Amino acid sequence: MQFLFRYANPHEFMRLSGRILPFAAIGAALCLCVGLFLGFSAPPDYQQGRTVLILFIHVPAATMAMGVYGAIAVCSLLSLVWRHPLSDIAARAAAPLGALFTVLGLITGSLWGKPMWGTYWVWDARLTSFLLLLFIYLGYMALWNAMEDETRAARATAILALVGAVNIPIIKFSVEWWNTLHQGESIVSGKLAPVFLAPLLLMMAGYGLLFVTLWMIRIRTAILERRARTLMQAN
Amino acid sequence: MSPFVTLLSRDIRLAARSGGSAALALSFFALVATLMPLGVGADLHLLARIAGGTLWVAAVLAALLSLDRLFQGDFEDGSLDLIALSPLPLELTALAKITAHWLSTGLPLTLLSPLLALLFNLPPPATLMLFVSLLVGTPAVSAVGAIGASLTLSLKRGGLILPLIILPLLSPAVIFGAGAVSLVLDQLGAQNALGLLAAFAFAAVLLSPFAAAASVRLNLGG
Repeated sequence: MQFLFRYANPHEFMRLSGRILPFAAIGAALCLCVGLFLGFSAPPDYQQGRTVLILFIHVPAATMAMGVYGAIAVCSLLSLVWRHPLSDIAARAAAPLGALFTVLGLITGSLWGKPMWGTYWVWDARLTSFLLLLFIYLGYMALWNAMEDETRAARATAILALVGAVNIPIIKFSVEWWNTLHQGESIVSGKLAPVFLAPLLLMMAGYGLLFVTLWMIRIRTAILERRARTLMQAN
Repeated sequence: MSPFVTLLSRDIRLAARSGGSAALALSFFALVATLMPLGVGADLHLLARIAGGTLWVAAVLAALLSLDRLFQGDFEDGSLDLIALSPLPLELTALAKITAHWLSTGLPLTLLSPLLALLFNLPPPATLMLFVSLLVGTPAVSAVGAIGASLTLSLKRGGLILPLIILPLLSPAVIFGAGAVSLVLDQLGAQNALGLLAAFAFAAVLLSPFAAAASVRLNLGG
């Protein structure tokens, strides 16, 4: 807790994030480059052929889409309970990134589905719950943009994010229940060979670092924007 | 009379008299049910298959129509400030408004549903299940809707954002409700689906007054 509140001070945050940012950016670039190289040089999968390459882009995006919502929920809790001033900014800054990861996951998922399932869209449990997750992100961002008063918007969206966090596991469960009712496609899941595991892990690390980099840039921009606005109002 | 009952009966009278939002919701429900066969064709076998899902989605959308006014009318004319000052906790105020909304839209929709199911050629056991699932599930629509209504109560275009916020959150209710009807149609046991729907509705009615009260409070400037 003590650690969290130290960096609630925007000044402290700017100092720390300024130092971390270059490392995170370089780390993201390295992980993504090496991960993609290893991925492309991996042998074709015996079942999926070259389409297995899509999974190196798809799986980390899907993981991040859920992870970013988790980050938003934690930030919202901090902002509602402890009135942590930076976490509003952080939650708002993370939302478009999470939505982008969700879109990326959906697009790559359907591109993978075309050769594998023979169609771009299958009402598969995971695809369906990701589509719902995208709408939850969109509703969250729409509420942020609709409310003019920023402190009010921060608290309203925090409530919405927490309601969503309670509901997302229920939605996921219900969609899986629905999918078995309607006998959707099922994928044969096998153990992942090391040639595929290494690039996948690297890509996941790369996506994570990329998110951290972009998130910090967005938070820093928002802080600078606030400062600029206060200066303009002072004049 | 206790403040809770007073508020409840006031809201029901308002729903019944001013603009007749309950009657509007019912007509909307019936209209969607009429348009659906016009869209997909009059094949009775197909209609029976899609009846559960169609009527469930139509009921959720019909209940949504009047949701944006749940707190907004009282917010605009200032009576919400007075209600907030009354001894009744805001959580119970929210619960009273959810109950009033359900009694004035969810319940009439449920009562109308067997008639519409008849138009969809739904067999009697499945019609009974549709009726029971709407009876059990529509309180969740009012409850989750109240969260959305309270979050958007100070917005001028709140009615546009409201569906975007709450429809994804209501997907479990539609899934279990319509799923229960399909299961009965396939002559399978639907107790699980109905139980899950009841659990979802129970949790929604229990928890959403707290979220709704918190967001009413912040919109009143607290």
